[in-house]
Amino acid sequence: MRGRGVARLGIGSGSAYMVSDVGLFGRGDRSRRPVESDAKGLDHEGSAGRLDAGSLPLPADSLVDSPVAAGGSPGAPALSASGLSKRFGDRVAFRDVSFDIGYGEVFGFLGPNGAGKTTTVRTLGTLITPTSGSATVAGIPLTPESGVDIRRRISIMPESPGLYLRLSVLENLECFAELYDTPDPTDRIDRALRAVNLVDRAGDACGALSKGLRQRVALARALLSDPEILFLDEPTAGLDPVAARAVHELIAALSRSRVTIFLTTHRLEEAERLCDRVAILNTTLRTIGRPAELRDQLFTRTLTVKTLAPLNDPGRFFDGLPAVDGWRQDGPVGYVLAISDAAVAAPAVTRALVTAGADVLSIGESQHSLEDVYLELIDENQTVRGG
Amino acid sequence: MSISSRRVRAIVRKELRDFRRNRNLTVSMAIIPVLFCVQPLVAVFTLDPAASITLRHQHVLLYMLGIPALVPSFVAAYSVVGERQQGTLEPVLTTPIRREELLLGKALAALLPSLAVAYLVYGLFLACVELFAAPVVASALIRLPDLLAQLFFTPLLAGWSIWLAILISTRSNDIRVAQQFALLASLPSIAVTTLVGLNVIKVSLVACLVAATALLLLNRIGWRLASAMFDRERLIVGTKG
Repeated sequence: MRGRGVARLGIGSGSAYMVSDVGLFGRGDRSRRPVESDAKGLDHEGSAGRLDAGSLPLPADSLVDSPVAAGGSPGAPALSASGLSKRFGDRVAFRDVSFDIGYGEVFGFLGPNGAGKTTTVRTLGTLITPTSGSATVAGIPLTPESGVDIRRRISIMPESPGLYLRLSVLENLECFAELYDTPDPTDRIDRALRAVNLVDRAGDACGALSKGLRQRVALARALLSDPEILFLDEPTAGLDPVAARAVHELIAALSRSRVTIFLTTHRLEEAERLCDRVAILNTTLRTIGRPAELRDQLFTRTLTVKTLAPLNDPGRFFDGLPAVDGWRQDGPVGYVLAISDAAVAAPAVTRALVTAGADVLSIGESQHSLEDVYLELIDENQTVRGG
Repeated sequence: MSISSRRVRAIVRKELRDFRRNRNLTVSMAIIPVLFCVQPLVAVFTLDPAASITLRHQHVLLYMLGIPALVPSFVAAYSVVGERQQGTLEPVLTTPIRREELLLGKALAALLPSLAVAYLVYGLFLACVELFAAPVVASALIRLPDLLAQLFFTPLLAGWSIWLAILISTRSNDIRVAQQFALLASLPSIAVTTLVGLNVIKVSLVACLVAATALLLLNRIGWRLASAMFDRERLIVGTKG
């Protein structure tokens, strides 16, 4: 039996909380796995902006049950696609999509409406057949015959919750626990309900719940099967900020317990915060990599300096400083410096200005967001390959 | 291929819970059998006892086999296209369930209330005849072979109607269209049972056995055919790649 833990986090009425010190679905002795890199160099520690384990109110050790993910051999990717394409008649849903995703990685899949994100998820989830290319899901080759085996190891939370509205929350979860052949369904359902903080609404008909609550029921449903790979299609759509934050923390905790998360979202700040790597799809894959790497590849790093009074001959200050590659004036008292390393350039620039007696109002590195990367790639039709 | 009884049970339980809370469905399932009772009851209570001898050579009870042929078709026609339109089909298909299991669960869920309704209506009809009709009429009408035929053909006819309706449901894009086609598809069965009831088609033990075997086979074929026609991709994205 596979066994991994899921953080006991609550969603909803307040900030995330820990229910107990054992994993949601954890069983037996747990030990934190060392972070591994797979054959394609995927390590799975968070990028700089990602929610780090320390922000969670429970130890990472409590989330890992089994030292090796069940689906594949150690080091093998959890999810791999190679030249995957899907066409509906003349219409291309997505074309030539290739990536490898490691176990425990949170992988963001971004793109405009109609880019093929949901079709990709459905294809990897064995709901539709690819036109060409190949894929491996949880270590199992994606073939028409392997659908049941793959679906045992994954879970998909579609964009639309798709709940039985005349049935209660509990009845919905009971049905799906049975469909997943869940051992001890009562306990599993109870833990899933606690994870999304819906224990007190278990008896309510789903039709009586708000959109956000339905979304949480759908998330609980996705957690029932203890999946190796969890596909989340817009998981925070319709959630209030507090509930969305708790979903983020749940995702982070799932990742720490080596559940691979494939996240499609339109919320770029969400992707930047949660994802180890992101891919931007617009029928074809535009880019794939860590958000910070993509920023660095697309945008020149800059330092913005503002002084109280205009500098007399700014070139005298900026030329020749370490890690400063060039500069331009930005308004009467503003200067934008192209830099290669902020940690080297910023102190050098500050020292040079202070030494020369200039009054510095502010100095700081300009930050490009993932949104900038996204807009650049979508608009300019560029392709960038990251790590 | 192995069928998971646990997953089939899960679908049946879910469907039955859903039916129970769907008042419109309950009402529509109840009205049709009542309509089927009216004509035989009127015939029985207006019959001259002296003419009851003719009943001994007819199979009025078998006319009511139209109930299991008709009642489940509405529910079964809704089963796939209804879930599709509600958006509940995709989450189910993301689970390890096989299409054969899903459809078997749907079929059993349609069969169970249909059998309950049909047998209940038969029981009420027989009780009315036994209690209120002239004894000579009652004894001419209620005969063991007819009762046995009714008992055994009810699930077989219901099953066939269900598989036809599910087959239609897997290929339809609209609930009402599916239900109308399912109704049309059940008409031949109703026509046959009516003709038997009116003694136009003569029945014999051999004919009954052949018909029962054929229906059993058709039910099996219906399950396989509906499963083969159940195309996950088309049902989810509305088109085939």
